[in-house]
Amino acid sequence: MSGNSEMSPRRPRLAVWKLASCDGCQLTLLDCEDELLAVAGAVDIAYFREATSAAVDGPYDLSLVEGSITTAADARRIREVRAATTTLVTIGACATAGGVQALRNLGDIDDFKKAVYARPEFISTLATSTPIRDHVPVDFELRGCPISKRQLLETLSAFLARRTPNVPTESVCLECKRRGNVCVLVAHGTPCLGPVTQAGCGAICPAFHRGCYGCFGPQDTVNAPPLLTELQQLGLSPPQLERLLRTFNAEAPAFRAAAESLGAGGEK
Amino acid sequence: MPEGISRQGVGDTGILSRNDFPSLFSALKGRGYRVVGPTVRDGAIVYGDLEGDADLPVGWTDRQEAGRYRLERRGDDALFGYNVGPHSWKKYLFPPHERLWTAHRKEESFEVTIEPNEAPPFAFLGVRACEVAAIEVQDRVFLGKYPDPGYRARRGRSLVIGVACGQAGATCFCTSMGTGPGLSEGYDLGITEILSPGPHRFLVRVGSPRGAELASDLPLTPAVTADHGRGKEIIERTAASMGRSMTTDGLRELMVDNLAHPRWEIVARRCLSCANCTLACPTCFCSTNEEMTALDATSAERWRRWDSCFNLGFTELHSAKVRSSGMSRYRQWLTHKLGTWHDQFGVSGCVGCGRCITWCPVGIDLTEEVAAIREPQGARPPPGGLA
Ligand code: SF4
Ligand code: SF4
Ligand code: SF4
Repeated sequence: MSGNSEMSPRRPRLAVWKLASCDGCQLTLLDCEDELLAVAGAVDIAYFREATSAAVDGPYDLSLVEGSITTAADARRIREVRAATTTLVTIGACATAGGVQALRNLGDIDDFKKAVYARPEFISTLATSTPIRDHVPVDFELRGCPISKRQLLETLSAFLARRTPNVPTESVCLECKRRGNVCVLVAHGTPCLGPVTQAGCGAICPAFHRGCYGCFGPQDTVNAPPLLTELQQLGLSPPQLERLLRTFNAEAPAFRAAAESLGAGGEK
Repeated sequence: MPEGISRQGVGDTGILSRNDFPSLFSALKGRGYRVVGPTVRDGAIVYGDLEGDADLPVGWTDRQEAGRYRLERRGDDALFGYNVGPHSWKKYLFPPHERLWTAHRKEESFEVTIEPNEAPPFAFLGVRACEVAAIEVQDRVFLGKYPDPGYRARRGRSLVIGVACGQAGATCFCTSMGTGPGLSEGYDLGITEILSPGPHRFLVRVGSPRGAELASDLPLTPAVTADHGRGKEIIERTAASMGRSMTTDGLRELMVDNLAHPRWEIVARRCLSCANCTLACPTCFCSTNEEMTALDATSAERWRRWDSCFNLGFTELHSAKVRSSGMSRYRQWLTHKLGTWHDQFGVSGCVGCGRCITWCPVGIDLTEEVAAIREPQGARPPPGGLA
């Protein structure tokens, strides 16, 4: 790219989609106050319900997808989005693991419907909440509940520069130690999921004396049993541990397996 | 001019009274140093900026075990009555995140600006003997054949004020590694804290010309035979109370000859691949570089951050993971640290500080692992050779 005539290529068209989710991850984009103008300058935001109601038809160069698949309509819609998109990036625990609503996968959907709605027969929903990659091919996943603004901007920059995003899949402990936090597990006896959780948040919770809740889902080499044994020695019962593992990423395979290994049989 | 010794030379000693200890801070600040050292934060003794002696962990100690650390009150007002905590001086010399350079797009090219190193010099106050040794181990890494400019700049300006340990922690084994508990060399000023008998005071020894200059700013009085005797006693007592030990005879061979020992699988079942051990270790030096591009593509930055052999991504070569099992990653760490480090840098990579034992969330203890590999069965060559 040199001459001026070639200097203004068409800006990539970005779409942001929402399925079953709370909007928190999409809001991370709007939350990029300082960088929002740069983002708006770099991409053509073609579809973004949270920011504007002006929908534009595809094709899209980049789609950010928030939310999980919980209805047949969602399952159809994601196929349409995929068909209209070159690079599809899922954002957040819902889109990458099914989200907290995937707790339904552990129970009976009809029981839930009856317990929550006055007229359960009007509710049309699938029995499960599943991540996007179970339905269509996904090019990149950004974890977190919600995602990190820093990682989102990094992913957008990487997409624009056609490089791989710097999004490590290592444990939270690395961020925790780099940040200089005192380990709450070792020094305070506070239960922490950091060793089995993927980095990305910047180890915020341990910095505020809280154990990691596992918002970013499993790190790439989870070895849960020794940590669970350690946490039991700190006084957590198997049902309490099961609850710890079954939150935003309950259905992420490594967390699901860890929870099942406890054999607590509770929290259905 | 204060009474006592006014001009100091390397090897000279003197006594600094507890009441005069603040003069060390004024001397350091007067010489433009940023004083960093032990301080209590979040239930541990970490390293941070120190304004004066009140910022030191006065009257605190630590109780450490494999996977466990607790602060406790001492019955006295010792300034250095504890051992090493989760931080090490490497966070200053080899920072966890460091921008190496920035590139700016020009008309037809780009311009690279190397990150300047203009930070004020550090005075490291309270460097334990094992830590002096650890800094020297990292010197071999960063100041060897391919010197690291940032490390070199920071290290060259830093002043090391060593402190001999007056007690050993339960995870300490510096005597086994030959690095402590007394200071032997590598410091500018060396301090032994004497709590009793007699008044609370510090036996100060000059270790370098820079240390001598600093000592000339301090109101030192001559150290008498009793002070030296007490200093020696303190170190002997500490050496006799090491919480851990490791037999180092033939350790390098033990490591490289036992790559198929069954113990690796056993320890791997407990290992979380969380990397805490390597980041807490004062000698581990692995890092990764990443390039960040700006959204508008007008600039890019290269950052370096601490990485670890326990990370799966770190073992990636040409898109294949060369150490995909937790077993192979733990084995890589220990055999490098205690074995092939000798081949690479001419020393052991372990100084016996015990951090990796204390700060491992599941309390994996390398001294135990080495002992298990030393068991007679492991000495035999494995059937079928190396896996
Ligand atoms: S506080 Fe949690 S995340 Fe941080 S090092 Fe300890 S176990 Fe890991
Ligand atoms: S390997 Fe462990 S004991 Fe040895 S220097 Fe590193 S942290 Fe200290
Ligand atoms: S040895 Fe301990 S600290 Fe090191 S990676 Fe394994 S579990 Fe983590």
